[in-house]
Amino acid sequence: MPAGGPFRILVCIKQVPKAQELQVDPKTQTLKRVGVPSEINPPDANALEFALRIKDRMPAEIIVLSMGPTSFDESLERSIGMGADRAVLLTDRILGGSDTVPTAHALSETIKKIGGYDLILCGEETTDASTGHVGPGIAGHLDIPQITYISEIDIVDGKVHARRTAEDGSEWWEAAMPCLVTVNFGCNKPRAPTLSGKIRVKRGGVIVHWSCADVGIDPNKVGLKNSPTIVAKVDTVHLPPRARKLFHGEPPEAVAGLLKALVEDGVIRP
Amino acid sequence: MTGIHHNPLEGKSHFRGVWVFLEGRKGALRDVSIQLIGEGRRIADRGGVPLTGVLPGHDVEALARHAIGYGLDRVIVVDHPLLEIYRSRPFTKVMATLITRHKPEIVLYGASKNGRDLGGRLHAVLETGLAADCVKFDIDEEGNLDMIRPSFGGKSLAHILCKQHRPQMASARRNVFLAPPHDPTRHGEVVRETVDLSEADLDAKLLEFKEFVREGGVRPDEAEVVVSGGYGLGDPKYFGMLQDLADLLGGAVAASRKAVDSGWIPKEFQVGQTGMTVRPKVYFAIGISGAVQHLAGMQESDKIVAINLDPKAAIFEIADYGIVGDLFQIVPEFIRQLKELKAGRGPLIAPLATIA
Repeated sequence: MPAGGPFRILVCIKQVPKAQELQVDPKTQTLKRVGVPSEINPPDANALEFALRIKDRMPAEIIVLSMGPTSFDESLERSIGMGADRAVLLTDRILGGSDTVPTAHALSETIKKIGGYDLILCGEETTDASTGHVGPGIAGHLDIPQITYISEIDIVDGKVHARRTAEDGSEWWEAAMPCLVTVNFGCNKPRAPTLSGKIRVKRGGVIVHWSCADVGIDPNKVGLKNSPTIVAKVDTVHLPPRARKLFHGEPPEAVAGLLKALVEDGVIRP
Repeated sequence: MTGIHHNPLEGKSHFRGVWVFLEGRKGALRDVSIQLIGEGRRIADRGGVPLTGVLPGHDVEALARHAIGYGLDRVIVVDHPLLEIYRSRPFTKVMATLITRHKPEIVLYGASKNGRDLGGRLHAVLETGLAADCVKFDIDEEGNLDMIRPSFGGKSLAHILCKQHRPQMASARRNVFLAPPHDPTRHGEVVRETVDLSEADLDAKLLEFKEFVREGGVRPDEAEVVVSGGYGLGDPKYFGMLQDLADLLGGAVAASRKAVDSGWIPKEFQVGQTGMTVRPKVYFAIGISGAVQHLAGMQESDKIVAINLDPKAAIFEIADYGIVGDLFQIVPEFIRQLKELKAGRGPLIAPLATIA
């Protein structure tokens, strides 16, 4: 913990299209993205909730950080409404098309500029790209400990204790700070924005926009042309059409219909 | 500069060979590592290059020798007490050091929690590309690895290329590649290498490990019938009801992510993008709304049955059959009628031959 300053928590968030709203256009067989509402990437909202719970128990300052177009202000405003103290948006045209390598680089440079952090929380992955690579990438750049896929977190004697869900079991890890953790989707219920939070947004001054030049990010390290990976093409998956047959009526009648259909399909033998 | 940013491992023609990161556990290889050896072999043979396994661990020499039998040409072992369990920093240091030392062209990881934890940190440090959760690999006309992964919860497949940076790295999903047979007579080399590790690399401490215990029965990813419960169950005790249904059908119980994250059922039962992929003959989605992440893990089922209170639930969009209604009435009724049907009739699920 840096001497003197408040306990500082950074929460990295991304704004994503609402996953449930994403539909495949039956005619073109492509994803309909236009007009799809946005939200805070759900695992990032769980990360923010953990930060807020820490702040409920001890004095702390929460800074929310994001990288993207200015439309991301919507999610930053929501974060402030939920109880974050302030927010930084790294926004610059030259960042466009960045894959996880420049993204982790740019965010870690921004985190260095903010400085004085004790704990960094990220969601485990985004619902739109689903890599889970940026959080560990930031920890690698900052050369700090990381604990990924956590469902519980506590600060004990100046150290982070976190429960990680692995394939075979649950692990309790302890790490010194500063430390980065990535938070499992759905492990807590993010709180709703409060009236006082919304008023703080209205008053203004809580969200700042930084360009790459403001942070000192090398333009030759970010953006599409400095991203190691490209998406060469996207194939639409043609799933077999489903009957989508509904059985109506009272439970005995509906169930009888379902059972009969499964028997007729030969899946259940009469 | 040509507008192309080179990573520290500049000069991609110097990179050669295919590597598979081997994840050991309790003296055995994880199944995804074995499956990746099979796929790595196929890729290496297309390029006429050797296939190397990399096994950081402690006292793993016997395991390294065993791994060769799955199709490796050699295994690089880094043995150190700090590597006895997976830890982000030392494992990243070992892999970064070995990759810089030997310059493989391709490095593959299992898309396990540890594989992603490692890959994410490592690709940033090495400044090279990493494609997550791949389900298929190919080689394009320029000789690049075509890394194919589901996007948008499996609604499309994205082809990822890493043209200028080396190595090309990818994590691969479990149970999509076939595990190769084990040939104990296969010859290969075990190479011991050292990487400087010290207590300073121990930046996180494992305080406690509680293993998930699977209670008997069939695994959901091997079962012909999967009865899966979601948040709509409202309480973990109702998984007992689903188990009754699964038992009647000779199937297995599974769960949505939300049920798992609510602590109702262990993670090992989770179906979906961050859980397992199942392809049973019948998948019952009970009280599951059908988030795209869930669909990604079950949409290849032969038949999908949805039972949900909400007629607008996305799960009905991909269901063959659905009942809109109260699962607490429907499931017991289904169990009752099944028992009637079953009375004196043997297995309810038809053998394979009668279906096709």
